[in-house]
Amino acid sequence: MLKKRLIFTLLYKNGHFMLSRNFRLQKVGDMNWLMKNYQFSAISDVIDELILINTDPEADKHEDFCAALESLVSHCMIPVAAGGQIRSTDTAARLLSSGADKLVMNTPCFDQPAFIEELIARYGSQCLVAAVDWKNTGQQEVFSHNATTSQGDLSTHLSRLQALNVGEVYLNAVHRDGTGQGYDFDALSALPTDWNTPLIYAGGAGQNSHLQAALEHPHIDAAATANLFNFVAGGLGLARQQLLQAQVPLARFDTQIEKLADIA
Amino acid sequence: MSIILIDYGMGNHLSVQNALQRLGHDVSISRDPEVIAEADSLILPGVGSFNRAMQNLNDYGLTQTIRDTVLEQGVPILGICLGMQLLGTGSDEGGESQGLGLIQNRVSRLHSKASLRIPHVGFNEVFCEDSHPLMQGIRPHSDFYFTHSYAMQNQDPDADYLYCDYGQTFVCGFSKDNIHGVQFHPEKSQRTGLQLIQNFLEVTYA
Repeated sequence: MLKKRLIFTLLYKNGHFMLSRNFRLQKVGDMNWLMKNYQFSAISDVIDELILINTDPEADKHEDFCAALESLVSHCMIPVAAGGQIRSTDTAARLLSSGADKLVMNTPCFDQPAFIEELIARYGSQCLVAAVDWKNTGQQEVFSHNATTSQGDLSTHLSRLQALNVGEVYLNAVHRDGTGQGYDFDALSALPTDWNTPLIYAGGAGQNSHLQAALEHPHIDAAATANLFNFVAGGLGLARQQLLQAQVPLARFDTQIEKLADIA
Repeated sequence: MSIILIDYGMGNHLSVQNALQRLGHDVSISRDPEVIAEADSLILPGVGSFNRAMQNLNDYGLTQTIRDTVLEQGVPILGICLGMQLLGTGSDEGGESQGLGLIQNRVSRLHSKASLRIPHVGFNEVFCEDSHPLMQGIRPHSDFYFTHSYAMQNQDPDADYLYCDYGQTFVCGFSKDNIHGVQFHPEKSQRTGLQLIQNFLEVTYA
């Protein structure tokens, strides 16, 4: 059977990885810090997918982001999705040639649907992940432009995304982002009745039980965390083991393949 | 040992190259028929549509070179994803077109069922009937990363097949003499995938 996924999201800005809390960013460390001090391999060896988001709106920072992407891709053997600030087909092509398997798009899904359609025509639906920022304001409200601009009802936007034929939807709860309080499942009530697009749930995971609650939900295909410190060192590996023991259908990786034990 | 990753303009080769380098192998990327003809081992990756891919291979003058190198010189080849499909006889993706014909299997679209999404994307279990040269040292039903809408059939009775279930059982890999293919992406399947690539290189030089 097709497995559910555990995803790690890295936020990047101008040479540094960032910690986000309710969308306020704080600089944490650079690539060297991520690999050496943070021991990113303990994370990348136990996740199913990596997402890398460029949070820097400066266009001239794009090559730096691509270099970071290329470096990360060389350190992990899983699919990698990358995005943020993609406004042209050239930028999209550049990310793909830097090793991204999928593109993550948010604001253009609201104001440039023709651009989304063009990318899907060129690279296929499976290449496009629509990121959606929502807040629970008593109802489910969706935001664009780094969660600053209300775009109305979440349900309407999800229908729009499904009509655009995006490959996946990454649903991030702004009000839970970085809090570690657990996911807010209220957004699921906004799913259209004919919903048939893989759903990644993000925003608020702080412990194993949060991941498990999301992954056990029939409408959720993947659970993501962007918090660099909620699952440090072997924490995420332990979480994966416990989820597998609890019969959560995740892929089983042979981390102990003997012949390859001495590989970096 | 000269491992050549065939570059014919279909998708990037970074991940396959990284995987080989992690295994400690040097790899060259080439679309030069003379370089390809001299290889000890060939890898044919690929993402995109079958029709376009064959057109590129023909345009670069690689179709006959690959056939001669593999069939006459016996150089081992591993096709990955679309690269595996191209080893077959043909497909109707993007309009009917002939494949490299290194194995006598056709490629067809995965059957769509209402409850299943096509393309088939994500980690799924790979299994074989008895043992399989590409699966040495890998636990049966290990998970590999897939992303595809088409798959190869198994008309050729002389190949060893790998299978996967997605609504139906479909062929997700094969080995026949020096010719190997996998529908999934070993280069995106953690260490399990590295082991499979290593197995291909070891079968080659056994």
